[in-house]
Amino acid sequence: MWEYTDKVKETFLKPKNVGEIPDADAVGEVGSIICGDALKLFLKIDKETGKIADAKFQTFGCASAIASSSALTELVKGKTLDEALEISNQDIADFLGGLPDQKMHCSVMGREALEAAIANYKGEKIPEKEEGNLVCKCFNVTEEKIRKVAVENHLTSVDEITNFTKAGGGCGECIPNIESILRDIWSLKPPEKPPKPRKLTNLHKIALIQEIIENEIRPGLQADNGDVEIIDIEGNKVMVALRGMCTGCLMADVTVRGIQDKLRELVSDDVVVEVYQ
Amino acid sequence: MSAIYLDNNATTRIAPEVLEEMLPYLTELYGNPSSMHTFGGQLYRKIEEARERVASLLNAEPEEIIFTSCGTESDNAAILSAVESYPRKKHVITTRVEHPAVLNFCKHLSRKGYRVTFIPVNHLGQLDMDFLFKSVDDETALVSVMYANNETGVIFPVAEIGERLKERGVLFHTDAVQAAGKLHVDLKSLPVDMLSLSGHKLHAQKGIGVLYVRKGTRFSPFIIGGHQERGRRAGTENVASIVGLGKACELAGKFLHMEATYLKVLCDRLETALLNRCPDARINGDIENRLPNTTNISFEYVEGEAILLRLNEFGICASSGSACTSGSLEPSHVLRAMGIPYTAVHGSIRFSLSRYTTEQEIDRVIEVMPGIIRELRELSPFGREKFFCPPE
Repeated sequence: MWEYTDKVKETFLKPKNVGEIPDADAVGEVGSIICGDALKLFLKIDKETGKIADAKFQTFGCASAIASSSALTELVKGKTLDEALEISNQDIADFLGGLPDQKMHCSVMGREALEAAIANYKGEKIPEKEEGNLVCKCFNVTEEKIRKVAVENHLTSVDEITNFTKAGGGCGECIPNIESILRDIWSLKPPEKPPKPRKLTNLHKIALIQEIIENEIRPGLQADNGDVEIIDIEGNKVMVALRGMCTGCLMADVTVRGIQDKLRELVSDDVVVEVYQ
Repeated sequence: MSAIYLDNNATTRIAPEVLEEMLPYLTELYGNPSSMHTFGGQLYRKIEEARERVASLLNAEPEEIIFTSCGTESDNAAILSAVESYPRKKHVITTRVEHPAVLNFCKHLSRKGYRVTFIPVNHLGQLDMDFLFKSVDDETALVSVMYANNETGVIFPVAEIGERLKERGVLFHTDAVQAAGKLHVDLKSLPVDMLSLSGHKLHAQKGIGVLYVRKGTRFSPFIIGGHQERGRRAGTENVASIVGLGKACELAGKFLHMEATYLKVLCDRLETALLNRCPDARINGDIENRLPNTTNISFEYVEGEAILLRLNEFGICASSGSACTSGSLEPSHVLRAMGIPYTAVHGSIRFSLSRYTTEQEIDRVIEVMPGIIRELRELSPFGREKFFCPPE
């Protein structure tokens, strides 16, 4: 049994603004019956004030999906489109007194429907989901969506991503991809980088190189079924061997340069990485 | 408002007679059956009486009955015993619609290097028998097929499977957790080597189960320690629950025929009325071969959790195969294995009755259910146009 707040239960049992607006100015449709939840949002926009005069919804889904949809319509009414776009999925969850962790994707669906409706009003075409950036095939979740939701909600673990987007909650095949996306997002945020130590002793340098290869480089390569091993470290020269899928990979040079750049950045500017033959 | 409990495949109420029989062993008779003194030692006799009662329900020998802590333990113990008893056989066969107690244990074995074959079912939930028998080879240590499915109630032809496996000398286990007490199980004529049963599905206490192991079957214990259960399942006996289970089995035997007819009538009445009153509803499973107490109905265009929570407002307890109720994001593995369209899986509701279910309760469900479905459909963007096709 889910631990729903009283507000969720109340909103689910007596949702507000249910139905269609036949002459709606904007319609946003997200989700699908296959995935288990879908939301169709209708907006009526006052041409003079630019404010949302009316909002209605139709939702297929669980109690929290229905409650989130109702909350969304209540939140957007009377707002201008720009103001409405300020509403985050967290605002929807907060309006309901919070949602269970595993149900946060319902609030994300609300936010998405809002974006879709406003894009529809502005005549923008919602970019088609391309095969190339589809990460979770079970629930049709793209890399863009994962990145966006992760940054907006400060998500750092795969479980959180699954709770908010469903990605990774099916067959689990995409979990390594989600991990590398998360690593990518949060490694771009600068402050956590260790300060570059000055005047390293040889032993320090070797330890540091090993640590960086182990923690920063290998997991990324392993996620793509590749790997790298340190063969030897001599002065500033780091000899490595590529393993797994990296062996004979056309991008091997790029991989090696990437390792070198990382080591130059974190250890010392004059590190040279070479592939051991 | 008292609950209308139609979720008896999840668990059942403890029969008052069972509780009464258990109480002394939860209060003054707290001894250890292994003790030398009469105070504890006298309980040994009570355990053996309970064992006889369980054996009698299944038409088995008392020494073929091992008390365990639950159905899951029985299933795990049976499978592990088979693979440990035949260490050179690295193949296990089961079905795609098993309870997680079997399914996930088999998946665990496959991660350990065992070859596991999962037999598919058709749209009615019937087992692909050809596939099953063709999968058996010299390496097969065990075939484990449930007696009846917990979600749909579909009964599998365990007698036929057992017969054919016996000819080929392959060990056969059946998870009879849903069948025991609802169907006539006669182990003198039914060719299975091991069978699992769970107390709380037949009006006994939670935390008690049984593994039947046919005489002459190699057995390797799952829980190792003291000499209890003749060394086949260590751990101080759960005396009160064992005594209670004995009583529950006696009652189950007594009510078996009455229940089979009574529940079938109630269940049919519920099913027919709901199908008549709710458009776009369908039955999941083979109605010709089904437990008398179970019906699984899909209501298209609405989602199961929403239905359950609306039913909950009327005190009606049921369950669903929808993703939102499965604890994961994927809907029921049983209904998916049957190839039921996702649109119907998400809106599936299982009602499971017991001998305590009354006609009035069934009528109450028939009364409130159509309104709930109608209201939720009014909320739903799907199913409004008759020719609406959901996007693939």
